[in-house]
Amino acid sequence: MTTAIPITTSQPADLIADKVPGRWRRLPVKAKVGAGLLGAFVLAGVIGPLVEPYDPAYQSPNPALSMNGPSLLHLLGTTQTGQDVLSQLLTGIRLTLEVAVITGVVATVLSVVVGVTAAFLGGFWDELLSLVSNVFLVIPALPLLVILLGYLQDKGQWPTIIVLSVLGWPWGARVIRAQTLAIRNRDFVAAARETGERTWRILLYEIVPNEISLIAANFVNTVLYAIGTSVALAFIGLTDLNSWSLGTMLYWAQSQDALQLGAWWWFVPPGLAVALIGTGLVLLNTGIDEFGNPRLRDAGNVGKISGHRLQPTSPTPVLTELAAERSRMGAFVHSFSRNSLLDGKDGRP
Amino acid sequence: MAFILRRLLFYIAAAWVALTLNFFIPRAMPGNAVSAILDKFPNLQPSAAKALQAMLGVDHAGSLWHQYWAYLVHIAHFNFGTDLQQYPASVSQLLGETIPWTLTLVGTATIIAFLIGTALGIAAGWRYGGWLDRVLPGLMFFQAIPYFFLALLLVDLIGVKLHWFPTGTGYSGGLVPGWHWGFIGSAIDHSILPAFTIVISSVAGWMLQMRNVMVTTISEDYVVAAQAKGLRTRRVVFTYAARNALLPQLQGFGLALGFVVSGAIVMEIVFAYPGIGLLLLSAVSSDDFPMMQAIFLVITFAVLLANLIVDIIIVFADPRARARGADR
Repeated sequence: MTTAIPITTSQPADLIADKVPGRWRRLPVKAKVGAGLLGAFVLAGVIGPLVEPYDPAYQSPNPALSMNGPSLLHLLGTTQTGQDVLSQLLTGIRLTLEVAVITGVVATVLSVVVGVTAAFLGGFWDELLSLVSNVFLVIPALPLLVILLGYLQDKGQWPTIIVLSVLGWPWGARVIRAQTLAIRNRDFVAAARETGERTWRILLYEIVPNEISLIAANFVNTVLYAIGTSVALAFIGLTDLNSWSLGTMLYWAQSQDALQLGAWWWFVPPGLAVALIGTGLVLLNTGIDEFGNPRLRDAGNVGKISGHRLQPTSPTPVLTELAAERSRMGAFVHSFSRNSLLDGKDGRP
Repeated sequence: MAFILRRLLFYIAAAWVALTLNFFIPRAMPGNAVSAILDKFPNLQPSAAKALQAMLGVDHAGSLWHQYWAYLVHIAHFNFGTDLQQYPASVSQLLGETIPWTLTLVGTATIIAFLIGTALGIAAGWRYGGWLDRVLPGLMFFQAIPYFFLALLLVDLIGVKLHWFPTGTGYSGGLVPGWHWGFIGSAIDHSILPAFTIVISSVAGWMLQMRNVMVTTISEDYVVAAQAKGLRTRRVVFTYAARNALLPQLQGFGLALGFVVSGAIVMEIVFAYPGIGLLLLSAVSSDDFPMMQAIFLVITFAVLLANLIVDIIIVFADPRARARGADR
């Protein structure tokens, strides 16, 4: 996933939190288009299976109905075995979205837990957790998923969801850790600590709400990763091939030579659906990013913050990570990370 | 130098994690290679299980610790076991035949995509809000397309309908692979479409990332100062802004590499390119576990090695890193 470099800022929380009427209008156009695209597909996923014209698995016994192009009877044509492509598409959108959203929720929760814990524990444990997430970031996920799912085949969608979630947290954990480090020494956290709040309450009610926009962006990213990866895995044949997802549709289209037979109506709709859902997610994420970081907003949108024209010259978001105090062990572990390159002699940036 | 050494140790640790996962996954999972084969051939007597175990090298002789050590020794000698599907060919022999194809194709295409994307990102970031910046959301569509789907479209349009480039396989039939022009020309001809797919689908990602870092960098005081001094725009863009923006871009390159390589390998399947992707597909469809595991290790090692190279480039590209290295 080649997303923007995580940039820690402090403004998003209050920008998003205040519920002013017309907030939708102030959203960047990209976010609106993205949300619109996604909304359409979620709608298709929710009501599609209720209104689909045929059972997606129904194989027409009539040989004349095999590999038909789009017609009034079959709006998106039929497959080799006379199944209705439109019905498969609607069921497929639902299943693919379900898998992606569940994975997104689980992986995001994992990354928030790991990221916040690492930043709050600090010292050696922080560095150790960072080391672990760095290791899992650098090991390519797809081939590992192939082995795991290879052993867990034919057990429905749950293995896919679990395995994708387990491997989907490190990136988010990194970003959230950096943000937590940035805000954990702010006054309101110190105030909460002084009044004797328990640590878990500080984490849950002071820290996490201030990271909502970051967590939202991370969720969108994880859903994107889950869709891309689950479709690719299904395309290789590593899923329940009797279920209808966008990936299995592509798998059958490829394995039944839809391409060689010129049956574009069979492989274009599911692929296009994946691409459009993905585009919606990327646009939404860029929108969230720009909302939080005025510098990334394009010139046309600059003037739209709180009514008067603002130039993006507010203090630069800090790219280097804020260093927590490190124990000797922690500094030792840290020296193996890529960021240690920017450290001074004493191990601080 | 100390930095590179430490990174090397980090990658060795990561490789060890991958090796260990690879060792324990088959032993922790419900299904295994032996039962997969027994399921596939119901005629086999249950007593064949022992013979199969011995053949696959998964007969559980000795303690777990013993097996683990034997496994590491095997890997160190590039012995990944016997392939199930093309028995009795060894896995490493089959891998050896396919790796050069994938390495050349995916490596070259990824570097080209990275260079083009970074250059476009510099342009878009320097004139943010300009026309290039405005087409970026359109490019995101290509970023969101699964690699293999774009490949399907290209094969259909350019290969099957227009006949501009050959599709399928790595070279024309009848040619003997070797270092002669007939073969090399044919191989290049066959790789243009797959390479084009990789470039198209990954260029937007690099571009967006570079653009974002660029936008942040150009509002730094030193860039404004450079402009105020009246330096040429070209010098400000490349020497002041882009050079500093390149560092996070390179780091991102290292991290995204695994993702790009995985996508490209799945894409190879569509082209029936004789690389690792096709090997992976046949391994998956025939429950060929030794092969799947070997492919995982090979891809992981390649990505780790590429990351180490990126680290070395970062050290040379970043004067701050060199200055600090000299201090130590």
